[in-house]
Amino acid sequence: MKLAYWMYAGPAHIGTLRIASSFNNVHAIMHAPLGDDYFVMKSMLERDREFAPVTASVVDRHVLARGSQEKVINNITRKDQEEQPDLVILTPTCTSSILQEDLKNFVDRASFDSLADIILADVNHYRVNELQASDKTLLQIVAFYLDKAHQLNQLSMVKTQKPSVNIIGCVSLGFHNQHDLLELKRLFDDLNIDINLIIPDGISVHELKNIPQAWFNLVPYREVGGLTANYLNQKFDIPFIDIIPIGVLQLSRFIKAIQEVLINSGYSVDYSSYIDQQTKFVSQSAWFSRSIDCQNLTGKKAIVFGDSTHASAITKILSAEMSIRVVWSGTYCINDAEWFKQEVQDYCDQVVISDDHTHIADLIAETDPNAIFGTQMERHIGKRLNIPCGVISSPVHIQNFPLSYRPFIGYEGTNQIADLIYNSFTLGMEDHLLEVFGGHDTIKSTSSTLSSTSNMKWCNEALEELTKIPGFVRNKVKKNTEKFAYDNNLKQITLEIMYSAKEANQA
Amino acid sequence: MTFTKQTESKKNLTFECETGNYHTFCPISCVSWLYQKIEDSFFLVIGTKTCGYFLQNAMGVMIFAEPRYAMAELEEGDISAQLNDYEELKRLCLQIKQDRQPSVIFWIGTCTTEIIKMDLEGIAPKLEAEINIPIVVARANGLDYAFTQGEDTVLAALAQRCPQKSQDILVNLTDHEPLIVFGSLPNLVAKQLSLELASHGISISGWLPSSNYIDLPNINPGNYVIGINPFLSRTATTLMRRRKAKLIIAPFPIGPDGTRAWIEKICSVFNIQPKGLYEREQKIWDTLQDYTSLLKGKSVFFMGDNLLEVSLARFLIACGMIVYELGIPYMDKRYQRAELDLLEQTCRKMQVMMPKIIEKPDNYNQLDRIKDLEPDLVITGMAHANPLEARGINTKWSVEFTFAPIHGFSNSRDILELVTRPMRRNNSLPNVDFV
Repeated sequence: MKLAYWMYAGPAHIGTLRIASSFNNVHAIMHAPLGDDYFVMKSMLERDREFAPVTASVVDRHVLARGSQEKVINNITRKDQEEQPDLVILTPTCTSSILQEDLKNFVDRASFDSLADIILADVNHYRVNELQASDKTLLQIVAFYLDKAHQLNQLSMVKTQKPSVNIIGCVSLGFHNQHDLLELKRLFDDLNIDINLIIPDGISVHELKNIPQAWFNLVPYREVGGLTANYLNQKFDIPFIDIIPIGVLQLSRFIKAIQEVLINSGYSVDYSSYIDQQTKFVSQSAWFSRSIDCQNLTGKKAIVFGDSTHASAITKILSAEMSIRVVWSGTYCINDAEWFKQEVQDYCDQVVISDDHTHIADLIAETDPNAIFGTQMERHIGKRLNIPCGVISSPVHIQNFPLSYRPFIGYEGTNQIADLIYNSFTLGMEDHLLEVFGGHDTIKSTSSTLSSTSNMKWCNEALEELTKIPGFVRNKVKKNTEKFAYDNNLKQITLEIMYSAKEANQA
Repeated sequence: MTFTKQTESKKNLTFECETGNYHTFCPISCVSWLYQKIEDSFFLVIGTKTCGYFLQNAMGVMIFAEPRYAMAELEEGDISAQLNDYEELKRLCLQIKQDRQPSVIFWIGTCTTEIIKMDLEGIAPKLEAEINIPIVVARANGLDYAFTQGEDTVLAALAQRCPQKSQDILVNLTDHEPLIVFGSLPNLVAKQLSLELASHGISISGWLPSSNYIDLPNINPGNYVIGINPFLSRTATTLMRRRKAKLIIAPFPIGPDGTRAWIEKICSVFNIQPKGLYEREQKIWDTLQDYTSLLKGKSVFFMGDNLLEVSLARFLIACGMIVYELGIPYMDKRYQRAELDLLEQTCRKMQVMMPKIIEKPDNYNQLDRIKDLEPDLVITGMAHANPLEARGINTKWSVEFTFAPIHGFSNSRDILELVTRPMRRNNSLPNVDFV
């Protein structure tokens, strides 16, 4: 047993559900007790207009006693008729996995009566987390449909005429994924490369048989898609690029890698003038590094924490592009620790691998950096310690699903990141100066007008109640109550009078 | 399934039961409000990452405020019994004792502890003696319960811990039998209700739960108990059977009508003639007029997820609304008897159809019926709110009713504040069709 207050990565089935809900017309059926279908937050966080394609086959007391029997199968066939999905993914949860029911058998039996394909998500809840599970599930689905196409002799192995790419690993509830995807489309359009498939975001499983037509694969994020790209490399000899296209320097590496892949395939291109052009004129980030604003950031202390993709990319930007000192950089993706160390060890003083947020909080307090770049958790730690924080990675809140265009990837992404970094630091500076010079001059004047000059007496009980009212409405409540008491010729304010005043004010 | 729009009044309430395929919160969510209510407590949820993930997402910001609750996250070794439950729990509880010094530790059993049959009730007394902190066990799991029923399991366990001091060493300050109110309310709301009763000469001798574990109320056989919320049937049963208390069955003090009926019932039990109660109710109704005028003749559909549905439906019908369907996770007809009677009366008085009560609803079927009926408002969980809005159907998140102060006369307006919000939004956004 482990005492835990908070976790960076969710349970495995969330990963499976994120993959399922990314595809078009794929339905997930969770074998889970009531309340485990909390994936509904998808419709909240992403403000989705569609119902999340997730149903629970509820595990209740009866299931414990007699087993699921026909229940799971009935739920699958029912969903098959109601929604006519292309694929149903039976998703075990931590509860169902210890029941040791033969879910594979249910899948086989349900297949007879369903038009949809049915697979059982192959993830162990006690060994993998959300991110690993999504990586595995994506591979499972891709491999399933490529095998199927192979058996039906439907695999189209002929490469597209023009260079083309599969983008693998854009999934629902990903950090700024939708914006990143747009930016990638723009980038490939500029490079005159067609996008063959975006996997899995919004595609139908029937399109997966066209995967081998692409010249190469791109895995923009470290967490999801790596397994699939490796599999495609081994099975179909499709090369892949897994350089994360975040930050000016990384972007150049990334585009050069594409160039190399294309040249190796016998297609001669030279992107160097494009890189030059974009770096100088589209991205403001390179100029920003030269500007006097950025000079002021030289040697400022920062710490970075997040998933391996974003934490590594931001660490490199801070250190190599903005001459900020990254005291330590860390990730909660413990399974990917080796890769992460390799990536960032030259860009920071120390590498931290941990998924314990209290440990991270202690480290931040100890380091006392000028700014933090982390997840929502680090933002809250920063609030407590009065250190500004820019959010650069999941786990996130609804405010990290912005309506406006906010990519992290690509040249526009470099602008967004530069703003994020610069704003975090200046805010910190401003705060500091305010403290040195005695704060905003408005503070004093507002508080003096707020202090009531009335001579109304408050009994202790009522006064105590008053202090419990949230600060931002307390004065209003106080004023209204006193006015009520004054109007009714009352000398002392008791609890009863407070409540009566509330009712009177509503009238 | 077809369902025609009908408003002719049915004679009686009808009860149906569907498949139980519906969205609701896991009952462990009760720790989020109970740890705030019981100030010297610590809640330890013994479960998996799934439970932890749910809590941290459902509780949003609260999680960052150094909450007095934590997960005892089960690992593979716990599941396969390679680790000893007793030793593991002892290690964690000692750590909690050292870091937080609580007066009580609640163990919240989950689906996993049920399935692997971890004997929490057996381990607790031994460990309690060893580490010298009371340990209360509540099995608030998704196998058996929905959302607010979690509080019920905790309070039922807590009811056993209430002291039983003999009557003669207690100074009875009241001239009626002691009255204990059960159900967790924010202190402010609890105080408002106490004052309301005090104005009729009734004093509450204790609340279950109290603000502090060490102040749990004294409950003697023959004392009167009354519930504040519709989901507390186990607690009621425990108080009656184990503590030999007398249960007052009344409608719940939600809405001015419910509050009046609640007070009236208590008064009648103590043979007290309430003074000015109807005038008080009427005065509240008067203050609600601007909101009830918005609701008059509008229809509402409860998908059902928190067991407050009957009381809320009854209040909304009294406000002039028509309830098409009343979904509810679990219906205890005995404990909710008075509330159901008041619902029937209210329907007759307002001359509207009796709502269909659907226990263990099937959300998929419900969406079908919503499509056919096109209600003016659907009270539902987060899973369906945005998709329904996108289809032009007004929604209100049901969870808000659990967290907002809704009890007593003074807070009736808060309920309508929530219910009318989509209508007020529509009035101020006349071109809402653009979605």
